[in-house]
Order: sequence, then structure tokens, then C-alpha cells
Amino acid sequence: MLKVKKDLVVIGGGPAGLAAAKTAYDDGINDVMILERDFELGGILPQCIHNGFGLHHFKEELTGPEYAQRFINDIEERDIEVKLDTMVLDVTKDRKVYAMNKKEGFLEIEAKAVVLAMGCRERTAGAIGIPGTRPAGVITAGTAQRYTNIEGFVPGDEVVILGSGDIGLIMARRMKLEGADVKAVCELLPYTGGLTRNVVQCLEDYDIPLMLNHTVTAIKGEGRLEAVEISEVDENLKPIPETAKTIKADTLLLSVGLIPENELSKKADVILDDRTGGPIVNEGRETNIEGIFACGNVLHVHDLVDWVTEESQIAGAHAAKYIKDNFEKTGKCAEVKAGENVSYVIPQKIELESGDRKRIPLYMRVSTPLTAVDINLYADGEKLYSFSEPFAKPGEMISVPLAQKTLDDLDNLSEIKVDIIEKEGE
Amino acid sequence: MIETKTLTCVACPKGCEVTVEYEGDEIIDIKGNACPQGQSYAEEEIVAPTRILPTTIRVKNGALALCPVKTTKQIPLEKMFKAMEIIGKKEVEAPIKMGDVLIEDILGTGANIVATRDMQEKL
Repeated sequence: MLKVKKDLVVIGGGPAGLAAAKTAYDDGINDVMILERDFELGGILPQCIHNGFGLHHFKEELTGPEYAQRFINDIEERDIEVKLDTMVLDVTKDRKVYAMNKKEGFLEIEAKAVVLAMGCRERTAGAIGIPGTRPAGVITAGTAQRYTNIEGFVPGDEVVILGSGDIGLIMARRMKLEGADVKAVCELLPYTGGLTRNVVQCLEDYDIPLMLNHTVTAIKGEGRLEAVEISEVDENLKPIPETAKTIKADTLLLSVGLIPENELSKKADVILDDRTGGPIVNEGRETNIEGIFACGNVLHVHDLVDWVTEESQIAGAHAAKYIKDNFEKTGKCAEVKAGENVSYVIPQKIELESGDRKRIPLYMRVSTPLTAVDINLYADGEKLYSFSEPFAKPGEMISVPLAQKTLDDLDNLSEIKVDIIEKEGE
Repeated sequence: MIETKTLTCVACPKGCEVTVEYEGDEIIDIKGNACPQGQSYAEEEIVAPTRILPTTIRVKNGALALCPVKTTKQIPLEKMFKAMEIIGKKEVEAPIKMGDVLIEDILGTGANIVATRDMQEKL
């Protein structure tokens, strides 16, 4: 078994891992290793060929592959060790990483700090239990995206999409452009889970119907999918039997949610948050296990890769500080709580010395679509400040800056709470 | 006849709901946009909507079967399927660098089709 020591090991070579590795390197950590199970870096971005990436980070609109290529080029310009085709099997809480690949066999890497950047995976047909037969042709939207954009074949001719998450919307347009008949996108909820931009440019542009309050109630076909039955749902999201109708289709794409991929985190005794499915972290994105950090979709599912980059820069910078022994905990820990209409806030706690930072961005999502809202921050029950937004949608993450000066002025802070409330009379 | 249409501005992720009053190609009023981008977005959407086209092109002897590509600028929405047909017939050779022009001036739009990643030769 090959045993090596590294300052920083980054698990996952997608946008989160690349940004964390780059930032840590630029902050003076020159002994960095990225472990990636695929044959190339970039994570999911190479198959996300559509545009709309980079508006925040690069201030220009890029496609997924371009966004990835810029970071891959940055990594190649630095002396960062990259191991491709390498599967991480285990991570321990004393930061030993066990991995294997075909060339070197079994590896033990002892790291001063570890960044978890494994991303997320899709919920599958098995996870949502649709009644009916089990023919071929029922696949996740991400699988269809891989077939269409990487492998080079379009997986069907007559398509129904269940779930209006971004990948579902993107694939509706993609398959339509590749010549498929995309018959409908069904969404169980009364609102879409995707970005507004995608509803406009993927569905409205191509007259693909978005059927809100609808779900698939039966899968029909032997061998290959022949049809799906869709039904309207009532206010309790229960299908209304008399609304059932059958749509002929050979392909059903599922875009029904993403799950942070935390099997390795659990092995290292990292505590997960039930609401996000990812680790509980402080503002440096450090988990409950000292020296183990998490960022990107393994921490919580993001809608824009730009936010993944921002978050991973935070994780990379703090991992670098930790390695340089320049990472002070105050010994106090303020919890960050999700108040009314907020489904979660990242980070879940604030416990580090301020250092030179100016502000801490708090990432959050609303639990339901709201219009004309006040976003209010409270410190131990007292309002710190509030600001207004015209809309808040569950599909679009909100970033709220918490100024360091505000924190410095608070003694014995034990809780920060955010709520998002619709203004009265509007 | 004066018509009203509510559009969701996609110039940035904010997604302003912009209401446009128009008669034929003539814009009478635009409301609801938070910035000037919303104004020009709404004008274009009513008169002649355009989009970037991201798709893939077949690669001979590449590490992958396809290379992702895009138009270098927005092209008319109505030309998407015609552009897909032209790109679908083309096959290019690896190695490719991001930004390489693979098809020039598609459909006379002034937009080139460029690679959006590097693509090595098959090993």
C-alpha cells in the first residue's frame, strides 16, 4: 500500500473541489492533492453544455464546460497534484483518506486538512415509487443529459418530464432541439423548482407545457415505456383520480431532487443537517470534525455554480488557515437559525475569530414562493437589520451578508436568526 | 390593436416581471424592470427574440464522442432548428481547444460556432 502525506486533500474534482484547491494553493498551501473518480476534472459541468453560468463569478455568461475549463486551466497552471480515475473509499476523523486506482492500487493519504467536495446525486425512480410496470425508458434527467451531451445519443422520441427542477427544464429544451417530441413537464407543486430564466428559455420558447399541480400516477409498458398516466393533485398533493389522462411516451425523465452525497462524510463521523442533507458547518465551512471542511453540493444543493465557487473559496481559504495553524476558535458558538419561511441557513454556526474578513455571507432558501418580502436578521431576539426584495423563490438561493462589524459589536451572542416575511398589505 | 405582455426578464438571475404595452413592433410602454437591461430585453423579446444556442458537435477521434459548442452571439430564436440541422451534419477532428471556431457565420447571422472546452485525441 502506498502511503503519502499531504497538507490538503480535496475529495472531488468538480467546481467545488477545484475552487477550494485553487484558493488554498493561492493562500500558500503548496502541497495539495485532488482525488477525482472520473477520467477528467470538472464534475457535472462538462455535461451541462447550456449557457447561464458565471454571471456572478466571471461577470460574463459561460456554458458549463467553459466554466469548468477555466478552473481546470487554473489548476493545471499550479503545482497541484491531481489523481484521476481514483475512488475514495474511506475517510477517518483523524484525516486519513483511503483511495484506490488502477495504476497505484490502494492508497493511504494522511492529510493535515480535508475538503469534502463530493457533490450530489439525483433522486431516482425507486426513491419516489411511481405505480405501474418497470420498463426501460424511465431515467433521471441527469442521465439523459449525459447520454445526449457526452455519450452522443438521444435517449427517446416522445418525452414526458416529471419535476421542474433546472435539469428537467434544461433537458426539455435539449431533447426538443435534438428532435424529440417533449410533451409536458409535470410539477407536483403549484410552482416550479427551477430558475425563472429556465422556465422562459426552455419551456416558453418552445411551447412545452408546464403542468403545475400534476404528477405521474402510473407507468405503462412492457420492455420499453409506452405511456404515462398523469393526474392533477389536490391541495394536499394527493392525485385526483377523475383527472387522470394517458400520454403516449417512450421516455420519462425524472427531475425530482438532488441528494448531497455524504457516505464518506458519515464515515468520518461528520454530523449532517436533516434539512440540507449535508454537514453542519461553521462560517469557515468546517464540519464538527476538526480539519475537515465541506463545500458545494455535498454541503447543500445550490442552484448556481457561482455560489458553489464562492462557498468553496471560503472553505479553501479556511482550510489553508487551519493548516498554517492560523485558525482561531473563539470558544463561543452562535447558532444560526432558520426562522419563519426559511427552510435552512448555511453556515449553521459562527465560532471563528474574525481575522481580516469584512463580512460573512449567509446562504438561505425560502420554503415557499413569496412576493414583496422583508428579510430580517435578529441577534438573540433583537433585530439587527432588514432589507426588502421583490420576490423570494425556493429555487433561487438568497445570499445575505452579515457584517463583521455587526458581529464585533455583539457581546455573548448565542443566536442569529433570519426570517423572511411578506410585507403587509402588498 | 394595443397588446400587453408580461415577460420575465432573464438578463440576470433577479428575474424582474416586466410588463410591455405594444402595438405590432412598436413599444408603447415598459414597466417593472429594475435596470436598463430589462428595458432592452423587453424590446428585443417583442420585436425579435434572440438566444445563444448551446449544443454539441460530433468529433472524429476525440476522447469523447461529442464536443460541446455554442454560438458566439445570440441568434434569432426562429433559426434554432435550422442551425441544429447544420451543426448536426458537421463532424470535426480532435484535438480541439476551447474557443476554436468550428463553423463560421452560421446562417448568415454573424455568429460563429465555437468549442466550449478542450478536447484531446482519443488515447
